[in-house]
Amino acid sequence: MSKSAKGSHHPLDDLLRTDRIPHIWCPGCGIGTAFSACLMAMKASGIDLERTAMVSGIGCSGRGAGYVKLDSYHTTHGRAIPFATGMKLARPELNVVVFSGDGDLFAIGGNHFIHAARRNVDLTVVCVNNLNYGMTGGQVAATTPSGSKTTTTPVGNPEAPFNLPLLAFASGATYVSRWTILHSRELTESIEEGLVKKGFSFIEVLAPCPVNYGRRNRQRPMDTLRAYQEKSIIMNDADPTRLQIDFDRAIILGKFVDTERPTCVESYDRTCRPPMEPADEEKAA
Amino acid sequence: MTLWRIPLDSDEIEVPRGEVYILADRCKGCGYCIEFCPKKVLQFSKEFNAKGYHPPEVAKEEECVNCHFCEIICPEFAIYSVEVQTGES
Repeated sequence: MSKSAKGSHHPLDDLLRTDRIPHIWCPGCGIGTAFSACLMAMKASGIDLERTAMVSGIGCSGRGAGYVKLDSYHTTHGRAIPFATGMKLARPELNVVVFSGDGDLFAIGGNHFIHAARRNVDLTVVCVNNLNYGMTGGQVAATTPSGSKTTTTPVGNPEAPFNLPLLAFASGATYVSRWTILHSRELTESIEEGLVKKGFSFIEVLAPCPVNYGRRNRQRPMDTLRAYQEKSIIMNDADPTRLQIDFDRAIILGKFVDTERPTCVESYDRTCRPPMEPADEEKAA
Repeated sequence: MTLWRIPLDSDEIEVPRGEVYILADRCKGCGYCIEFCPKKVLQFSKEFNAKGYHPPEVAKEEECVNCHFCEIICPEFAIYSVEVQTGES
């Protein structure tokens, strides 16, 4: 028999507001796993957790900021990245992690995402992609695969979804990867790399939404994880244009982009606050 | 796991042993830990927890190799494993 674990503590309890656990996420929801991978990566990366802040927007994944025992912001819908950018510009020594969902980051917050990636703001963005608007009842989202059924597309989604890694790459992100919650070891390593890396890091996490997406597409949570196991191909440095999510063929996972570029703060300082010439310094004195 | 030959250094390698701890009242019964345990150590228990779900229980205690996969796949922070010192090393 297992130990009943009364009085014992989960290794992540020191990073959790345990009075708010159990969290609101449904049984079988993948956000919990993505969140735990994020916390594990924060612990393992050795960054100063006193100088780390987590920012999330609205939605199921947006609840993440409320469960972490660090400085955290639960912001307005779609505005997680602007809040995080502001925080980073005001206090460049902070490590800022954005933990939010696909609807928040790519539908209402899509413009903020592309511009933060373009400016190369030093953020780590973890996007939990559950392929629909889970919290509001499973409506079609910008990431719902073509043909999938949702409450607002009862005969199948006629539109094409966003290819998120391609969008991040084209906007100028310096680190782009995609994993599923089943690949949680790789996911944790990837978030850790993103945290340590200077520049805009984007990690997409595929997660099941059994209650709102799975139920309408005849997928039990275990079926979704089986699909992740059987349909996924790990291909690091894959061509971002080939990363469209299509469960009939294959889902490509891996680390796609890892480059260096001056960050927002560095370019700003170089352009607008150039080091003073000796002659100017004398004048100022 | 079946091996097509016994590794040459098999007598030197010490397989770690783990002990699984379950925080039953946090569990929501998704079954990911049971399904994806590489050693099939866990099974659903017959008892209910406070929320009315069946949490996992350890079926094959001696099989656990402390890989922590149950701990990292669990969305509820409800299970973890700790290495058991066998005292041989």
